[in-house]
Amino acid sequence: MKPVAFEYCRPDTVEEALDLLKEFGGDASIISGGLSLGAMLNMRLVRPKALIDINGLSELASARAGDATIATGTLVRQAAAMKFPELMSGVPLLAKALPNVGHYQTRSRGTLGGSVAHADPSAEIPLTLVTLAGAVKLRSPRGSRDVPAREFFHGLLTTDRRADEMITGLTWPIRREFTGYAFDEIAQRHGDFAIAAVAVAATVGGDGTIAELSFGLGGVEDRPLVAETAAFVGKPATDATAADIANTVAEAVDPMVDLQANADYRRQLVRVLGTRSLSAAFAEAAELRESA
Amino acid sequence: MLRIKPDQKQRVTLTVNGRTVSGFAEPRMLLTDFLRHELGLYGTHVGCEHGVCGACTAIIDNVATRSCLRYAVQCDGLEIETVEGLADADGTLNTLQKAFNENGALQCGFCTAGILMSATRFLQENPKPSTDEIRDMLSGHICRCTGYEQIVRAIRQASGQ
Amino acid sequence: MLGGGRAQQPIRSVDISGIETPGRWIGARYPRSEDAALLTGNARFIDDMEPVAGIRHAAILRSSHAHARILSIDTSKAEALPGVHGVVTGADIAGAINPIPSAVRVPIKFYPIAVDKVRYVGEPVAVIAATDRYVAEDAMELIEIEYESLPPVADPVAALEEGAALLHDDVGSNQVHHRTFRYGDPDAAFAKADKVVKLEWRYPRYSSTPMETYGVVANFERQPDRYTIWSNFQGPFILHALMTGALGVPGNRLRLITAPHSGGSFGIKQAMFPYMVLLGACSKLLGCPLKWIEDRLEHLIGASAAADRADKVEAAFSNDGELLGLRFDNIVNVGAFVRAPEPASVYRMHAASNGCYRVKDIFVENRLVVTNMTPIGLNRGYGGPQFYYALERVMEAGAKELGIDPAEIRRRNFIQPDEFPYDSPTGATYDAGDYEAGLDQALELAAYDDLRAARDRARADGKLFGIGMAAGIEPSGSNMAYVTLAQTPEERAKAGGRSGGLGTATVSIDPSGSVTVKTVSTPAGQGHQTVAAQVVADALGLRPDQIDVVTEVDTLTSAWSLASGNYANRFSSVVVGAIADSADKVAKKIILIAAENLEVAPEDIELVGGEARVVGVPEKALPIRRVAAQTHWHPAGLPEGMEPGLFETTILNPPMLEAPDEQDRVASAVTFGYVFDLAAVEIDRNTGEIEIVKYVSVHDVGNVLNELVVEGQIYGGFAHGLAGALLEEFVYDAGANPQAGTFADYLCITAPEVPELTIGHFNTPSPHNTLGAKGMGDGSSMLAPTAIANAAADALGTFDVELPLTLNKTWAKANGLDYARAGAARAKVGDGPREAGAVEGGLTGSGAVELSAPPADVWKLLLDPDTLAAVVPGCEALNQVGDDSFTAQVTIGVAGIKGVYNAEIDLKDKVGPHSVRLVGKASGALGFGEGEGRVTLEAVGDGRTRLSYTYRANVGGKVAAVGQRMLGTVTKLLIGQFFRGFDRRLKSGGNGDNGAVRPGFFRRLFGGGGS
Repeated sequence: MKPVAFEYCRPDTVEEALDLLKEFGGDASIISGGLSLGAMLNMRLVRPKALIDINGLSELASARAGDATIATGTLVRQAAAMKFPELMSGVPLLAKALPNVGHYQTRSRGTLGGSVAHADPSAEIPLTLVTLAGAVKLRSPRGSRDVPAREFFHGLLTTDRRADEMITGLTWPIRREFTGYAFDEIAQRHGDFAIAAVAVAATVGGDGTIAELSFGLGGVEDRPLVAETAAFVGKPATDATAADIANTVAEAVDPMVDLQANADYRRQLVRVLGTRSLSAAFAEAAELRESA
Repeated sequence: MLRIKPDQKQRVTLTVNGRTVSGFAEPRMLLTDFLRHELGLYGTHVGCEHGVCGACTAIIDNVATRSCLRYAVQCDGLEIETVEGLADADGTLNTLQKAFNENGALQCGFCTAGILMSATRFLQENPKPSTDEIRDMLSGHICRCTGYEQIVRAIRQASGQ
Repeated sequence: MLGGGRAQQPIRSVDISGIETPGRWIGARYPRSEDAALLTGNARFIDDMEPVAGIRHAAILRSSHAHARILSIDTSKAEALPGVHGVVTGADIAGAINPIPSAVRVPIKFYPIAVDKVRYVGEPVAVIAATDRYVAEDAMELIEIEYESLPPVADPVAALEEGAALLHDDVGSNQVHHRTFRYGDPDAAFAKADKVVKLEWRYPRYSSTPMETYGVVANFERQPDRYTIWSNFQGPFILHALMTGALGVPGNRLRLITAPHSGGSFGIKQAMFPYMVLLGACSKLLGCPLKWIEDRLEHLIGASAAADRADKVEAAFSNDGELLGLRFDNIVNVGAFVRAPEPASVYRMHAASNGCYRVKDIFVENRLVVTNMTPIGLNRGYGGPQFYYALERVMEAGAKELGIDPAEIRRRNFIQPDEFPYDSPTGATYDAGDYEAGLDQALELAAYDDLRAARDRARADGKLFGIGMAAGIEPSGSNMAYVTLAQTPEERAKAGGRSGGLGTATVSIDPSGSVTVKTVSTPAGQGHQTVAAQVVADALGLRPDQIDVVTEVDTLTSAWSLASGNYANRFSSVVVGAIADSADKVAKKIILIAAENLEVAPEDIELVGGEARVVGVPEKALPIRRVAAQTHWHPAGLPEGMEPGLFETTILNPPMLEAPDEQDRVASAVTFGYVFDLAAVEIDRNTGEIEIVKYVSVHDVGNVLNELVVEGQIYGGFAHGLAGALLEEFVYDAGANPQAGTFADYLCITAPEVPELTIGHFNTPSPHNTLGAKGMGDGSSMLAPTAIANAAADALGTFDVELPLTLNKTWAKANGLDYARAGAARAKVGDGPREAGAVEGGLTGSGAVELSAPPADVWKLLLDPDTLAAVVPGCEALNQVGDDSFTAQVTIGVAGIKGVYNAEIDLKDKVGPHSVRLVGKASGALGFGEGEGRVTLEAVGDGRTRLSYTYRANVGGKVAAVGQRMLGTVTKLLIGQFFRGFDRRLKSGGNGDNGAVRPGFFRRLFGGGGS
């Protein structure tokens, strides 16, 4: 179980990395943590002509807080993110999601950007980014662009990234007032990719109704997605509404089927985890209102 | 920028357990194979080569991580700690190793090196972990012999609890 | 008193609470001597060894097809690759060795590599030798094989049906063994029963997947011609005879050497012997030593597993719960070959078919079936988990039907303490036990009454709460002859007698006075070195750390026999006896010499603290090492008649291990331990999550030799049983393609899934063992699947549960829904023959799409080769080779996982513009696919068309085994993308852009998904 022969390239700058992408025209793989790519290389499922190791690009390994967003470089390790106080308090949904990502031994090396680039439909980091309506920063020799996370994931392991582009960072909207966040998932084993995961950001108004709602689903369809819940804005932020939303969304999704679960079960998890998480987010938001 | 051709053997120098050592590797050579077959450090074991079982876990650049998902050329110049570096030079076991021995935390011992390296770094970060935290950390390892209970006890004991 | 310190000790129960008797090491909680090397990275496993110079590295090309004829193999490109030393194919091997013999007399030629036909995914097809494994794998990809697909057999029940494809034409059937057994009068027992309870189920295929895979270094040398094979083989060495038979050499020309350490086995490493033959033969053919280290992907598809089974049981009860009779009906899926020692898996428990009970009237029917799946073999508990799943579930079902508490019904049927030794109706002699005491201890530890009250409360709250239990005996130290139950008494008589289970050990003291023990017990983590040292330390009055123990084997230099090796819990049941006897012989000599030197009677000498002392006169003593040295340095000064040297070997055959009798009764094992497990679970009706609220396991292992080791075995066995109950399964699809080919799909149990285990002990010493010990190690691996299933059945209100109890399955069962794993092969119990399709496939689906053109236009475009070639961007060449036949080369790439596939497509049953059937196949480096689909067009007004499709595809090879998680979703993705592109082309009048269109529907059917 050994990879095909490839050229190893360790660029010193982002520009050099982009030059390499251009030179190999889609036959190069960018490696950051390598937690998914390494396995696919060793199995010879991925057979690149060149491996572009961006781990030396230290400018991509930092995080910067702005007024409304926090920008994380693509190389920020998942474990490092968990120890970055501004990110954890500023993006509470990410703080709740990250402990569910892989294992201690994989978070230590796995990066935020790598998980987004890999685009596993069950992965927690893409789901969080989509739920919060964050963005993905891409660069190519043609320039830079920010792609809204909700448009970035096209399907299983497939994204909006073009062959000559690399992800340089992610943009995380900072927590909003009177907003509760919840994350939950069920996997067959602790630390596995979730059979289904849900992420919720819910803003509750002074009258106790839902002011804004984002209900994200991972592992259900072939990409992380945000459920259509506009009809519930203005409804009371109660457990009953939570159940109502989850049940409605569960009927609307078109779940994937794999060795672990069929569509019915994934729908059921949308109902159960959705109800639970929506209720938790509503309660957290209400508490914030009360203590204000 | 460093570029190494597919069939080019590159000198790779590592600091392993405090000693500077070097060998040659093509770009695709896994770090596990380099440690074992180039450097003769057979203590790091290979269990799955796809990053799931945790047997090959080593402390690389100060983090406990899978060495089967790294290529040797990526690690040139890095510091690596492996199971060979845990005991004193005269073979005296360290606290963690002793706790594993006293609690029966290993049977065939094949997964053990990886677990020791994880636990070593884990206890540096979290000196008094709860049982649940230990089990959470261990979820990144597969051990088929012990059923894990005695490993949890050993790590608890090593943490002075 | 002769014999040192140990033999005089009365056999007694050792208090497990850890009180260490001074001067007595046996029974102590003594930390293992193996650990230091393992904890410091100094232990050497097979891949850490280069025992001979000039080693080349081997990789094995394996079949991606479950069932296919090999039309041709072209190795020329691989052989031309720099660094490649040579390539060996099945034809080369068939010309060089004999088929490996089998225990079953059927005309199956079992070679360690496919010769003319492949019979399971993962079967070796070629061996490549190169300078390193990297180059060997490069060469592997250059070997071109042409296969002709044959219908796969993916299910043991379907395999027996009329018209099923045959794996072995010469056998004429897929049933390769069938025997029935009648003990007592089962028909009469059932006739007088008040209640007959029946169960029928499937038991899943799983394995303990040792963390270290198979490893072999093989070297063939001339003058004299000898194969030397280093490996992590666990024995038994009865397979040595099969290997020499295959290689065509006498026994002393096949030298097996095991590595000092083995990274777990659990029985799985027994099944590596065909690879030892294969690599040996390749070493001879290629003229160089070869090293092969199996990788994890090879292991998961091609190594071994416990048998999956389709079993039934019937139990006859009286109204007061007396178990009157049993009928077992077992169908064992052995996989593609009957690899030795099969059919042993269905006979290991046979001689104890009554379990812990007094029942006398028993009927057993065993059928072995071959299918296109990996051959099975030993796995922890060997046949035990499957057997207890029958017996202990039907006991519980009987209790439920009769309204008796499940603990109580067992109590009423247990063999009583005063009945031991107990002759089972099926031939075993149970040595010692107190089954009721174990049950009582378990109930007490579980606080059974409280648990039942908790169940009542939970149920009142609408929760699903259940309690289940299982009781079992643990046969240890196998009689090699039990396998011959596969033959009729007449066949056995003709074949000549078989019996026994020899244990060997050598204890020696060298001229420097240091002690060495050789056990040939090939442990894989069971602490044999430690326990052997404890035993010898007690006998010689030494400390265990003064004794070195060598457990590895060298068949040229060690004392070994057919039963040698590490299986069937034979170490503590048999091998320790041989060690103790050898130590006694050494002690006896030391005492005699010391007595003469000290001028006292031998009875007055004791061996204590490293000295031979005169009892009561501690200052009158000689160091043992000096006495021992005398046997080497000064033989002339030894007591008259004494042989010089101290090198004592014992070959011990437990006397009860006789040949099977004419009534098919056999004393199958030496000792019979006992395990009683009790589980309480709560099932979340909404998610299917199972919380194990309580798990208690009580063990009788006879006298405990090392508490720490015993405890470790109990925890480990429990985790394996739990894994089988909840997580682990080798899933195959209907095309017999393995679906769990990575550790991301084969879900080994990890730390958070293992709940707290409450362990109880009580010990009835075995009279069949010098030290009173019984074999142990299988433990809860045999019972936990049943205890959990019983608890789940109690919670769910039905015994119709199927392992593993995965989340989806449990949720479906809790809510009365049907559930079958995606693509899973198994027909549901009781199903008739499955629909016979032109293509048996694992991936099915259907859908519909609305297209913006009338049916006639859609039809035209759909069948237009230019359109297909254009719409499918990865299509590099599409050639029309007949009216409705095409060939194509397609590159399919999703997420950088790119593969090139050669495809053949036929359009059939064209009814324009209404429907067409597409049949096709394709193959490439990542796998192959074959399938068919039906497309139906229907006008829906507004000049639009509704296109409906159904498909069934069989996807095999690497992509199916490692990319299972992706297959279903990639299919959907590709179909969706195809139709979006197709619709765009329709709208643009057949010339639409094809830039964003992905290879689609048709390619999907035969393209293997490209995932």
